[in-house]
Amino acid sequence: MLFDIFIAPFLDMVDSPAFFVEVVIVGLLTGVMYSLVALGFVLIFKASGVFNFAQGVMVLFAALTLVGLMEHSVPIWLALVLTVAVMVVLAYMVEWLMLRRLVNQEGIVLFMATIGLSFVLQGLGETVWGSNVKPLDIGIPDASFEIYGVLLNEFDIFAAASGAILVAVLAVFFHYTRIGRALRAVADDHQAALSVGIPLKTIWVIVWAVAGIVGLVAGIMWGAKSGVQFSLSLIALKALPVLILGGFTSVPGAIVGGLIIGVGEKIAEIYWGPLVGGAIENWFAYVLALVFLLFRPQGLFGEKIIERV
Amino acid sequence: MKIRTLILAGIAGATGLGAVAASSAMAAGDQFFPMLVYRTGPYAPSGIPVANGFRDYYTLLNKRDGGINGVKVTFEECETEYNTKLGVECYEKLKNGGSTGATMFNPYSTGITYQLIPKAAVDEVPILSMGYGRTAAADGRVFEWVFNFPTTYWSQASAFINYVGLQEGGMDKLKDLKIAHVYHNSAYGKEANPTLEALAAKYGFELTLLAVDHPGQEQKATWLQVRKKRPDWVFMSGWGVMNQVAIKEAAAINFKMDHFVGNWWSGSDADVVPAGKGSIGYKSATFHAPGDGYQVHKDIVKYVYDGDEAKAKGNNIGEVLYNRAVVNAMFGTEAVRTAMGKFGDKAMTGKQVRWGLENLDLTAARLKELGMEGFTLPVKVSCVDHETGGPIAIQQWDGAKWSVVSDWIPTNRAVVRPLVEKAAAAYAAENKITPRTCN
Repeated sequence: MLFDIFIAPFLDMVDSPAFFVEVVIVGLLTGVMYSLVALGFVLIFKASGVFNFAQGVMVLFAALTLVGLMEHSVPIWLALVLTVAVMVVLAYMVEWLMLRRLVNQEGIVLFMATIGLSFVLQGLGETVWGSNVKPLDIGIPDASFEIYGVLLNEFDIFAAASGAILVAVLAVFFHYTRIGRALRAVADDHQAALSVGIPLKTIWVIVWAVAGIVGLVAGIMWGAKSGVQFSLSLIALKALPVLILGGFTSVPGAIVGGLIIGVGEKIAEIYWGPLVGGAIENWFAYVLALVFLLFRPQGLFGEKIIERV
Repeated sequence: MKIRTLILAGIAGATGLGAVAASSAMAAGDQFFPMLVYRTGPYAPSGIPVANGFRDYYTLLNKRDGGINGVKVTFEECETEYNTKLGVECYEKLKNGGSTGATMFNPYSTGITYQLIPKAAVDEVPILSMGYGRTAAADGRVFEWVFNFPTTYWSQASAFINYVGLQEGGMDKLKDLKIAHVYHNSAYGKEANPTLEALAAKYGFELTLLAVDHPGQEQKATWLQVRKKRPDWVFMSGWGVMNQVAIKEAAAINFKMDHFVGNWWSGSDADVVPAGKGSIGYKSATFHAPGDGYQVHKDIVKYVYDGDEAKAKGNNIGEVLYNRAVVNAMFGTEAVRTAMGKFGDKAMTGKQVRWGLENLDLTAARLKELGMEGFTLPVKVSCVDHETGGPIAIQQWDGAKWSVVSDWIPTNRAVVRPLVEKAAAAYAAENKITPRTCN
């Protein structure tokens, strides 16, 4: 038994190095996809200090809107523009109907509000666009090819590249622009940010709109694999260990956390999963994140908060 | 004031109308069919065609035949979202509906079926879990109130192995093969495992079991293992989004799609369409034909949709799961008709319907009368055998439609029935049930 746990998996890796490399690459590509979903959470948490329970449903809602428009013969470029517009309008509505009425409330109040929002969006999406699975094909190539015995898929590479570019752009945006600095100020203290003239409502709208657009990209990438359907909203569950690991306030944390979770869960599932009947990757991701938390409670890139009493 | 009065009057009127509608559904002498449906939630893409199939067939009976032997069919939907807790609540809500209580329940969820099995005997309402639920319920001596004909997960797994044997040129060729079972990591998904293990021991093929966690949106690790093991055949027991992703991932690793066979819950139109061209060649098991070319479909278009084919298409007519619901509704209503043959042409109680189910003898001639000749096979249920171990067929997706590509493949009764009896005996011992004697 000890041999099976501590020796055999490593022998297996050495025995088939090309396959091990493939596992790692697939883990990295999958990790970027997780990061894409986690990013939406991070953006909103940074701006309002609230965990947005509705982020998964926003992914679904954005993808449903896009594919719904395409089903009505709207050209893809126009459907993309219109969907972005819908997500911006949604951001305005969230700020107008929900956030501005909850300024300076406890985080748990805002969290509860986002739970309500998730049900509203889910119901609205199903009412407007229906509950059937909707195929999403926006022309991304999906052929597989082999390099030195490692099988790669064009779609996975495209999706990971798109996610990586988006993450990089957002990281730069929030670190080196006035809006980014304003956003960090808002995240620290709503009232203090208001007192120095930061337009709180505008910042919220911007951040929710950007989170909606990130949700759209995530929805396209995940929806192209499975079709756009309700279960797309459950993809948010895959982002939670990424957030625990990377920290709720760090854009680079979301990407590094995603990569670690992606690779870690794939290696665990393939080399150790068979010992316990398989299907361990979902909970193993949380185990991995919790082990990291033992050493860095604030996450890999999270802010270490020191309060004097 | 006027507006307020109008609004109040409107509400009162709507409430009154609602009461009238409800009372008409509960009219004296009706045969009431409760419907546990999931038109919303993550499994709605599967639940919607099923609900529409039931609804259309019941409506057809009323409009074409005036009900069952003159007794009007009524039905009421209750939304479960494929959630076991909600399913049990729906059962409690609907079990006393109609003039004689619920005719039977078709839970369309293995989880809900498991919860309802002990309740059915107490409430005297039969359960027809057609091709799902607890396989051991095939032993009617222990499970008096539960039926799972025309075939079960275990029989299906055995027929799949028979199919592989046929394709490979004989059962003796199986010993050189590697077969993988990719399954939903739930009670449902694991159902086929003991049968496959027994058959692996019998025929000598190498079996690999690969679990996929709910919901199955991400399966890269599973398909990497398939790529590493390089099985000759893959059998899948999937559900919902797991099916669509699995088909896409199988195509991505260039697995031969005509060697990838889903069970009958992994072979609907919604499962293959999202994978696009990658799904061409994918196969699945079935116990009824796909498509809308049968007389019963023509009748549904004529009587239920007043000839509006587009509207019928919009409501999923001819899709795999729609057709399954039509077959299921037909089994249920023919069981009621069988009961009426003994107890008279009036609304049947659950107890009488249970007798009808157990004595159902659906012949080829009767299927022809119902417009279902060639659509599904005859069934003869008995006290001992609530399953009948009916054969399965294999259907294949060509990118636009499903077509049956095999003859009817027999199940392996010699292997499956002893497993059923063993599991039923264990259930009886655990629940202190004394099996009845069937003569």
